[in-house]
Amino acid sequence: MPGAAAPYDFREARRRLEAKAKSSGEKLTSIEDAVARVKDGDLVAAGGCLFSRTPMALVREILRQRRQRLTLARNLMCTEGELMMVAGAVDKVVTAWMSIGLPWGVSKIMREYVESGRVPLEEWSHLALGLRFRAAAMGVPFLPTLTMLGSDLIPVGGTKTLECPYTGETLALVPALFPDVAILHVHRADRFGNCQIDGYPHMDADIARAAATVLVTAEEIIPGDEVRRRPDRTSIPGFVVDALVHVPYGSFPHECYGLYEADFDHFGEYAAAIDAAGSRAVAGYLDRYVYGPATYGDYLDRFGRERLRRQAKYARELTR
Amino acid sequence: MRAPRWTPAELLAVMGSRELGDDTSVFAGVGVPLLAAVLAQQRHAPRLTLVIEGGIIGPRIAPGRLPISTNEMRAAHRATMLPSITDTFLFAQRGFLDCGFIGGAQIDRYGNLNTSVIGGEYRRPKVRLPGSGGANDIISLCKEVVVLTVHEKRRFVERVDFVTSPGYLEGGESRRKSGLLFGRLTRVVTTLGIFGFDPDGKRMRLEALHPEVTKDAVVAETGFEILMPERIETTEPPTAEELRCLRAIDPERRFLGPLA
Repeated sequence: MPGAAAPYDFREARRRLEAKAKSSGEKLTSIEDAVARVKDGDLVAAGGCLFSRTPMALVREILRQRRQRLTLARNLMCTEGELMMVAGAVDKVVTAWMSIGLPWGVSKIMREYVESGRVPLEEWSHLALGLRFRAAAMGVPFLPTLTMLGSDLIPVGGTKTLECPYTGETLALVPALFPDVAILHVHRADRFGNCQIDGYPHMDADIARAAATVLVTAEEIIPGDEVRRRPDRTSIPGFVVDALVHVPYGSFPHECYGLYEADFDHFGEYAAAIDAAGSRAVAGYLDRYVYGPATYGDYLDRFGRERLRRQAKYARELTR
Repeated sequence: MRAPRWTPAELLAVMGSRELGDDTSVFAGVGVPLLAAVLAQQRHAPRLTLVIEGGIIGPRIAPGRLPISTNEMRAAHRATMLPSITDTFLFAQRGFLDCGFIGGAQIDRYGNLNTSVIGGEYRRPKVRLPGSGGANDIISLCKEVVVLTVHEKRRFVERVDFVTSPGYLEGGESRRKSGLLFGRLTRVVTTLGIFGFDPDGKRMRLEALHPEVTKDAVVAETGFEILMPERIETTEPPTAEELRCLRAIDPERRFLGPLA
């Protein structure tokens, strides 16, 4: 049963990995087929960070397929976390920080759902949560660290400390976090799931290795020969990936390094609607952007192709 | 009363920049901390290395295109390396980060910071704030940490509701005893003055007042007793050149605030 084992149970996580196919074969499929692998109650870890390389097409499809009782883990959570809360898809979030971004203040949706107790927020420091994914990526139950010590983050997360057997100093031992499913958006991949990421790698490579099932969307599908010419560019190998979907603008309105900048005007409109109508504004947003448009292309049309071109131009200017 | 010649954010950015030495590294968040770091780089610390938690080392922030987050292309502009986020923080754990800048919704006499919950039970708080982000890691792992904050009574509280980011905990040796061996909160730079901590008890104490600020103003805006040494300096006001540079970095005044 997914999610039944403790998130740090490296024995169970290892058994699940040994039991699944690790193929170098075809991974390319439809978004519907990819997301069919997500089960109610799963612990889902999302790649990217805040509004960078958010796997928005996969989030959208998870919501369209009406998954429930999910736990969403992401280091800095943004609008995708709000959408999942209001859609009723998540029972819990695991994060180091949640809001949209500095100019829009504290997330009103996060406040509404967490303060009322509807969606508990499990809180870690940024590094601690990163090390939880890394421990899982390494196949071990915890990693020692010098962060979070002395703070109230230690007791609320149930983090254990240890007297170092070599030096006698106190260390925090952050427990591994093995997600049931990783959802990631990358710049390009070949059809066998060998993934390349441009710009900041965030934590995607660790999250991919930590998870039992890995779903990836890519801006571009490239020939396998191109991957073999530059194998040093591969950050997630094909045998780690279960399903791959070709989705240009797959993070929009969030950014994808070098390809399009986050649409801050859109965030402003979204935040203003929430200021006026609270979570009802997000329910309306879900109808307009998630449940309404049948395809991702239809979804992008709601933003307008002109807007996509403008954001692509900004990205080129910032990264040339 | 004369109209102030600078905004509170400008004062904080200038005072923050003066805390940074040349040939050092700084872990900076976006907003005023980043402005302070870029200003220092342009003025007195040309060999300062900026590190940004989204996974960015050595960016050259483009004037007028300031990032609003630590995870975006504006923050990564012309960077020298883009490591993973975990590896970025591990540079700090290893000891490569000389200085870190952070802020918080609440701060207490021992410099503990809260960005998690205010009031109520932890799991049913009156106000749920965004959380640590990298703040806990920065104050735990950088060699020296400077808090940059607006000085208001509602922020400067007797005891923070939750220790998201540890200052000196209960004072004395308690920080060291918790296992935090290396990091040190050196300064709290506010809109009223500059504060440090007494070497033994680790209680916050006034070190310098900004021009035209009185001790009484500090007492009125602080919810705990601040140590007042006999000798209190006055900070050098922001110079015209500092303000000119700063305003050129943020011409849209996205973070500097409106000029009166």
